[in-house]
Amino acid sequence: MPRIFDYGELEEKDYLELGFKSGLEIHQQLKTQKKLFCRCPAGDYFEDYDAEVLRHMRPTLSELGEYDGTALMEFKTRKEIIYQLNKRNVCTYEMDDTPPFELNPEALDIALEVTLLLNCNLVGELHIARKQYLDGSIPAGFQRTTILGTDGWVPYKDRRIGIRQLGLEEDACREVSDRGHRRVYKTDRLSIPLIETVTYPDMRAPWEVAEVAELLRELARSTGKMRTGIGRARQDVNVSVEGGTRVEIKGVHRIPYIPRLTHFEALRQANLLELRGELHRRGVTKETLKSNAAEVTEVLKNTAFSPIRRALEREWRVMAVNLADFKGLLGFPLQPGRDFASEISDRVRVIACLDELPNIVHSEMMDSPLTTTEWKKVGSALKAKKDDAVVIVWGDRKDSETAVSEIIIRAREAADAIPNETRQAFPSGINGFERILPGPDRMYPDTDMPPVPLSEERIERAKSRLPHAPWERRAYYKKLGLSPEIIEDLVSDRRAPFFKQVVETLPLKPTLAAVILSQTLKSLERKGFPTAHLEENALLDLLRRFTDGEFAREGFPDILKLMSTEGWRPGEAIAKLGFVRLNDEDAREIVQIVGRVEESLEPRDPEKKWRYLMGVLMAELRGRVPGEKVASLLREVLGTEIEGNRRPIREGR
Amino acid sequence: MNDLYKGYRGEAVALLKAQGVRVWSDADVTTTRGNFTGIILPRSETADDQHIVLKLRNGYNVGITVNTVIEIKEIGYKEAHYKIPEKEFPFDPRKPRVKLLGTGGTIASRLDYRTGAVIPAFTPGELYGSVPELADICNLETEKLYGVFSENMGPEQWVGTAKAIGREIEKGVQGIVIGHGTDTMHHTAAILSFMVQNPPVPIVMVGSQRSSDRPSSDAALNLIDATKTAAESDIAEVMVCMFGPTSDQYDLLHRGTRVRKMHSSYRSTFRTIGDIPIAMVSREKIILLRDDYKRRRTDKNVIINTDFEEKVSIVYYYPNMKPDIIESLIDNGYKGIIIAGTGLGHVNKPLYPALRRAQEKGIAVYMTVQTLWGYVQMFVYDTGRDIMELGVVPAANMLPEVAYIKLGWALGQTSNLTKVKEIMLTSIAGEITEREPHNGYLIYQGGIPEVERFVSSYWK
Repeated sequence: MPRIFDYGELEEKDYLELGFKSGLEIHQQLKTQKKLFCRCPAGDYFEDYDAEVLRHMRPTLSELGEYDGTALMEFKTRKEIIYQLNKRNVCTYEMDDTPPFELNPEALDIALEVTLLLNCNLVGELHIARKQYLDGSIPAGFQRTTILGTDGWVPYKDRRIGIRQLGLEEDACREVSDRGHRRVYKTDRLSIPLIETVTYPDMRAPWEVAEVAELLRELARSTGKMRTGIGRARQDVNVSVEGGTRVEIKGVHRIPYIPRLTHFEALRQANLLELRGELHRRGVTKETLKSNAAEVTEVLKNTAFSPIRRALEREWRVMAVNLADFKGLLGFPLQPGRDFASEISDRVRVIACLDELPNIVHSEMMDSPLTTTEWKKVGSALKAKKDDAVVIVWGDRKDSETAVSEIIIRAREAADAIPNETRQAFPSGINGFERILPGPDRMYPDTDMPPVPLSEERIERAKSRLPHAPWERRAYYKKLGLSPEIIEDLVSDRRAPFFKQVVETLPLKPTLAAVILSQTLKSLERKGFPTAHLEENALLDLLRRFTDGEFAREGFPDILKLMSTEGWRPGEAIAKLGFVRLNDEDAREIVQIVGRVEESLEPRDPEKKWRYLMGVLMAELRGRVPGEKVASLLREVLGTEIEGNRRPIREGR
Repeated sequence: MNDLYKGYRGEAVALLKAQGVRVWSDADVTTTRGNFTGIILPRSETADDQHIVLKLRNGYNVGITVNTVIEIKEIGYKEAHYKIPEKEFPFDPRKPRVKLLGTGGTIASRLDYRTGAVIPAFTPGELYGSVPELADICNLETEKLYGVFSENMGPEQWVGTAKAIGREIEKGVQGIVIGHGTDTMHHTAAILSFMVQNPPVPIVMVGSQRSSDRPSSDAALNLIDATKTAAESDIAEVMVCMFGPTSDQYDLLHRGTRVRKMHSSYRSTFRTIGDIPIAMVSREKIILLRDDYKRRRTDKNVIINTDFEEKVSIVYYYPNMKPDIIESLIDNGYKGIIIAGTGLGHVNKPLYPALRRAQEKGIAVYMTVQTLWGYVQMFVYDTGRDIMELGVVPAANMLPEVAYIKLGWALGQTSNLTKVKEIMLTSIAGEITEREPHNGYLIYQGGIPEVERFVSSYWK
């Protein structure tokens, strides 16, 4: 029985029973000035371009006389690959017309920090390798990649998640379009440095995969040197079940998508195993599957079905494939809304490049677009029997030939094992075929580059820059009494080490320090004040003056605004704003004057009057008297017990 | 090959020996930085002796620092055998017979993923495996003459290649392709144009700018187009066949005496200088760009003339050049000097006495232009006229490298300077042209709006 359950309907024990195993490969762009193997600026994406180059990709034979499965698949597609070049971040290296330049040392140092945070074994010498990709996403046909460390770990719940390796590699081009036999890419993203964190398949349930992904993301970001933004980090998730195969779901941009994706993939594999079981019960194996194909262009020349009509107008061929003993299995459900026939359709789309959908029809469709008579005629052209299933496909001579052979290949695989595939993720959580999973051996040394030694000295320097692991820091912040919201802000703030320094040197309440350094600065930055440039010694000076009582806490925003826009030192800014701290006597005097003068004013509503008076007073006293003090003095003067709006004064998010 | 420690020396080989392991050992390595398991690979000879190379199970190679190693244990042994299974090149009696002579450069290769080695594929069977399209074009035979980097090609290899071409023509081959490194492909193309005269069939030189192990290599298309030219075209000349644009679209067939490598790495590096190429060739067709070429014949006649005098030099003039450069050539017994002069063919006055001495010693001195494009014209300025008085002969618009090649070949036949001059100034294979067409010099500057418009509207 096929298993179709929505995510949330299964429990941990169900996944254990399935033998659910999942691992992650996370690619994260590094925040470097330049690209990894050339000196082009790294980071920006552009929509316009200055020139185009055309390339084709050919697979390289291995010494066994065989082609790698992916390579063969891509070659079968016979695609033209077009690269759009923008002169602002493309040089002849990206075009694969110039050999690589020296490995970017800034990227190496950042990658080294992450490798250390992941507790990996460090290599002594980096050897750059070539990993072949024939989809055209890299103009050279291979990606340059290297690893810095192996066999690390991160703590998760009560156990450890193993880290297989930490790699440093070039990012690939951005795909613009993929239609028929032409694929177009932009090269702006090419060669931006990436780290690749690969875990062992230690996660045992869909939510664990998302949680570990979050954990690893945070760890990398704690260095403060990762590029942030949509698409700057991508997750590839691999999933297998007992008896299944490792299938990779590539390019998951958002971690919240992960649980549904892994859940549906696990079930898809379980369902394919059911399908195989059924085939075996019918006596069909990979070797004994019988199939035959015939051209049915004539037979269907008067059909009303428009995709085939259009094909006939283009003088394409219509082919029919008979799969013996397959009856009922084309419609076998694998995922919500997707059956086995959709797997076949995917193969035809990707490999034969017949991407106008629908690209097949079959004998088990609910609402068949062909008439009974037409099916009868097709069936007899194939000599199909009542236990068989028929698939019809249409294309030009070459493409239809490829399609027929791919249909038979996929049917045969159904009786054998779950194919090793790379799948693409859909927002609903289900997935579709993308390509045959590359073989493990498509990597070989890049002889254009010498090995790069990893000296003890370089490692020590990296160690000295390391932030504490996020879990250690959370524990520390909790001990300081910070609220969960503030803790989360600080964990991802690059000034966090400075915060620690401040809290350890000045008699300042940790919460206040955290609010000022993390929230206030960011909020001002968002309003257009360049606080990111403020130097630590200036901030330390300001905070010290505050603890010395030179001004009141509400003065921080205005002082910081002046410091960031005018570049003044704290002392100057404070003086300019006139934030000289008033003693209680003088403060009381002012409050009394204002309080009495405004006493008889409208509005009579005490709440509103309170807020009005506070507003007037704070306009005058901000930075010179703490807001709390003003409030308590006003209360004294008015002789009321109105609480007023006693929200703690802080900048909004 | 009984070298157990291939490439390792110094501290690295001492470590391997002490631990009782060797190259191709599958090993567990315990180090101060953690444990690593993998196959010990050979070390590159130019790398240091401080690291050993392991191929890990994940396919990556890493270097382990010798002084971090605590222990190495051999758990297996996986020797590499580079045996390449042969496929047979299909024979079709209706197709033309083409011979591929190899001198170096890797026109096709296979990968040994286990070790990372890139193995040249050269026999017809291996080529058929890599580039099956060749079987649609011809019946291919291959012969490896040499296996050198092209900067190491010299008179010995040129002579051997010319003689091999002569033999093949005699046997009735219908076209010849020569695999060659790209750095000096134009030098070899020039010398073969002189050593192999009036061939009845196409002789096409081919190579690849990007190594043929990579999927994006220009090797396959170059080879397909070169073979197509050799099999089907009626251009019976020595040509260079390399990419037109850097895009994977078509190759250009350049006359061997007017072609030059013009960029250190671009696929589109070869260009015809001072003229237009003979044709464009793609998988589908050959488009002739001119009709003044020597046509294919059915006879088997060819003139092979392999004499060559090695004591010829090119001198690249630069401001403040001192005469002692020329003097030392004279004192070292050089018989011929090609000068690549500035502008229309000039050098400075201090060199005059040395040039006079060369003239007195009966050394053949010819002038070409550093600018590569344009004719030598030494009447226009005093300098030129003075230099001609000193016996320097203007070499019209022969490229400096081609003039060097031709002078060596001419002096190989005779030491009579008058006869040498006759040979030098009589164009045999297009090395001197009577006219430079308006489109022989097209170096357009990037950045200019109309140029940028053009560049952005066609595939590069």
